[in-house]
Amino acid sequence: MPAPIRLRELIRTIRTARTQAEEREMIQKECAAIRSSFREEDNTYRCRNVAKLLYMHMLGYPAHFGQLECLKLIASQKFTDKRIGYLGAMLLLDERQDVHLLMTNCIKNDLNHSTQYVQGLALCTLGCMGSSEMCRDLAGEVEKLLKTSNSYLRKKAALCAVHVIRKVPELMEMFLPATKNLLSEKNHGVLHTSVVLLTEMCERSPDMLTHFRKLVPQLVRILKNLIMSGYSPEHDVSGISDPFLQVRILRLLRILGKSDDDSSEAMNDILAQVATNTETSKNVGNAILFPLLQTDHNAVQRHRSTIVDCLKDLDVSIKRRAMELSFALVNGNNIRGMMKELLYFLDSCDPEFKADCASGVFLAAEKYAPSKRWHIDTIMRVLTTAGSYVRDDSVPNLIQLITNSVEMHAYTVQRLYKALLDDISQQPLVQVASWCIGEYGDLLVSGQCEEEEPIQVKDEVLDVLEGLLVSNLSTPVTRGYSLTAIMKLSTRFSSVNRIKKVVSIYGSSIDVELQQRAVEYNALFKKYDHMRYELRWCSTHSLLTGGRTRSHLNETGLVANLGLHSLTFMYLQLCANDLLDLLGGHDVGPVIQTALPTKPASAGGELLDLLGDLSLSGMPSMNGLKIEFTFERSNPNPNISVITIHASNTTEADMTDFVFQAAVPKTFQLQLLSPSSNVVPALNQGNITQVIRVLNPQKQQLRMRIKLTYTYKGAPVQDLAEVNNFPPQSWQ
Amino acid sequence: MRFMLLFSRQGKLRLQKWYTATAERDKKKMVRELMQVVLARKPKMCSFLEWRDLKIVYKRYASLYFCCAVEEQDNELITLEVIHRFVELLDKYFGSVCELDIIFNFEKAYFILDEFLMGGEIQDTSKKSVLKAIEQADLLQEVRVCDSLNWCPCAVHFSMPTTNKCERVSSVICVCLSSACLSQEDESPRSVLEEMGLA
Repeated sequence: MPAPIRLRELIRTIRTARTQAEEREMIQKECAAIRSSFREEDNTYRCRNVAKLLYMHMLGYPAHFGQLECLKLIASQKFTDKRIGYLGAMLLLDERQDVHLLMTNCIKNDLNHSTQYVQGLALCTLGCMGSSEMCRDLAGEVEKLLKTSNSYLRKKAALCAVHVIRKVPELMEMFLPATKNLLSEKNHGVLHTSVVLLTEMCERSPDMLTHFRKLVPQLVRILKNLIMSGYSPEHDVSGISDPFLQVRILRLLRILGKSDDDSSEAMNDILAQVATNTETSKNVGNAILFPLLQTDHNAVQRHRSTIVDCLKDLDVSIKRRAMELSFALVNGNNIRGMMKELLYFLDSCDPEFKADCASGVFLAAEKYAPSKRWHIDTIMRVLTTAGSYVRDDSVPNLIQLITNSVEMHAYTVQRLYKALLDDISQQPLVQVASWCIGEYGDLLVSGQCEEEEPIQVKDEVLDVLEGLLVSNLSTPVTRGYSLTAIMKLSTRFSSVNRIKKVVSIYGSSIDVELQQRAVEYNALFKKYDHMRYELRWCSTHSLLTGGRTRSHLNETGLVANLGLHSLTFMYLQLCANDLLDLLGGHDVGPVIQTALPTKPASAGGELLDLLGDLSLSGMPSMNGLKIEFTFERSNPNPNISVITIHASNTTEADMTDFVFQAAVPKTFQLQLLSPSSNVVPALNQGNITQVIRVLNPQKQQLRMRIKLTYTYKGAPVQDLAEVNNFPPQSWQ
Repeated sequence: MRFMLLFSRQGKLRLQKWYTATAERDKKKMVRELMQVVLARKPKMCSFLEWRDLKIVYKRYASLYFCCAVEEQDNELITLEVIHRFVELLDKYFGSVCELDIIFNFEKAYFILDEFLMGGEIQDTSKKSVLKAIEQADLLQEVRVCDSLNWCPCAVHFSMPTTNKCERVSSVICVCLSSACLSQEDESPRSVLEEMGLA
């Protein structure tokens, strides 16, 4: 049988193949030859054949029949055989197959071989692909080698130990004694791999971490030597001495220094030195700065300027790290300066950063704003610069913030209005601006703001808002905001007719959300005009985000804790004369939900039905929820009774999102004030109170239908009840 | 580091080193997918990208892409340096390395990689140290020491009965005993030289 062709020959031949089919043919031919050679147990050429097989495996062809041959090579005495054998084992064998366990004995022998390169091969194979069983069997040998004075073997043993620990964490303890003087080595290879081993142990076990904390001074010393020592050609990379070791030490220091003041103190100076001495023009310098930046923030405060400079770096990963770190470094003292840099960054950074940066700016501003005006200005800047990248939930949060800064309302609305004149493409900006204009439009035109030039343009304001409604740039959500704002202005501006016109146009809008709003507003104009002024619209953003609104108590205290649609419904229902006649027991139509009506309602009629199904459900105390009524007549008007309800809960879980609604016969008028909260705490730990004012000009007996909705243990609950046993003193 | 791949611009795999146990089928899939992603990148794009739950660090050297997959908490900047160091090692070893060198001597490329990294971590940060180890190991492949060799006067080394013409022979064969791999085969000095192509 002729000698099998050499590896290089095969490679050359295969590369001449012009098609995939031709290549496959050559490979198959050679595989057949190799297979028969294996069958003949040919020792001389086994190495060559396995090497060829490995090449074919890399091209993507199956090579599993060579697995056992690799094991035979490993067992051979020839170094060449072992080298290829171990390589083959690493490429072809995997721990899922039992055959890999046959290696264990060979590796054990080779770990004790007289030649360090053979030992090295064994350590390398074990450290790259050793399975848990192999690791368990051979951990003792590795531990022995970790204590050797041969630095070539010691460094390999350290990394092998890392692999063993990753595979079998329980074995970590047995390597502890051997780590004792690892760091006293001069050899950089041993130092590097030792630091990797120590890092692995500290990351996995808090006890180890505490134990190794005493190494901090030593690590600091090594780092110092690296920086201070002169040029070392062996370890130099672009002017930096052994950056790989520096990075690893910094990473370990970060772990050891976390939440430990003493350690952090010890490291502070060296961290400062590393930061100042590291040239960041090359990648390698930045590579060192990276773990440095992740270390304890107090030390890092000193390097704020460096970090801020990193914001301007060209490398994307560096910019992101710098941005994250900058936000972490912001505090009450440096907020103005930091924000300036961060806003500049926001202006010029890539789109992928803008959302996170904007959120970060809002958070930081909220925490540390030196003044309300600065806060508003910062928000404005973000909205105008990166408005389209701002997160959806920012809009309601910002609105809440503005609401709470009462003295800034005039200034804010002025600035927002001006921004709107410039640019209506950024939706979050437009939404916040619309809301503010609707809410504080009177301040806008009255010129109350001393700091800015007053705007004398009522009609222009309406022009702008209407412009938003028709613009292609506005999303449906934005349109909703604008329409609501226009409506709100009807109570603040005198151009009611114009507003009425706009609102009625949108009563037949294709957008159902807009249509519904328009219809409801229309109804307000037509039937309940007198109520329009009573309604000081509260925060409405819950309708858009689906989240809960927060109640907004204004001067008259009329507003209930509901979203706008429900608010409209309730008032319409309660004040309309066509409300269900309780005493007459009229048939009532289906309850219309706050979802979409199929046709626009006429003047309030079909819209109104609070209670729907007329089933009476007993006493107001049901399922652990108790409602108590108390009465007073503190009002000068003798026809008005003031009733306070107290809702309490005897069950073991809270009742959340609690809403109380009431309906009275048509001769009465009812007004519901804001509840004290909307959570009824469990086990009578507290209650909700809500005031009801009932106007009873005809002095009739008071009856009331009540509807309670709340969430109990995650599920929505609805209860209905009729109350007709009010004491005569309450309504006479 | 989870794995390292070397592949050409035409999508041919030249080297693959996996540091975690992965099924053959999954390896093939990941290689195929990743090659596609990296080869689609334009020249000015960042060397780092996020893929699945890993960070990919890659760099192109002439016609070869060197591609490493690292964990979330790893330092990708230093990984770039690791790649560069590996290329430098190959360059020093092969002398101005090109893709063909790696194609025809893939097993040597693996040997160098295995001397430089283990379990995804650097074994030695000194270029000199790594190259020396490779050199010595290569020598072990070449040298067969047998009983018929003479002791060198230093009593530590074996040496060939030198002919004055062939200095290279003596320098190659003169290896310290403590790291020599002893062959059991019965070989004459001449057959050894023949094997090495020197006789």
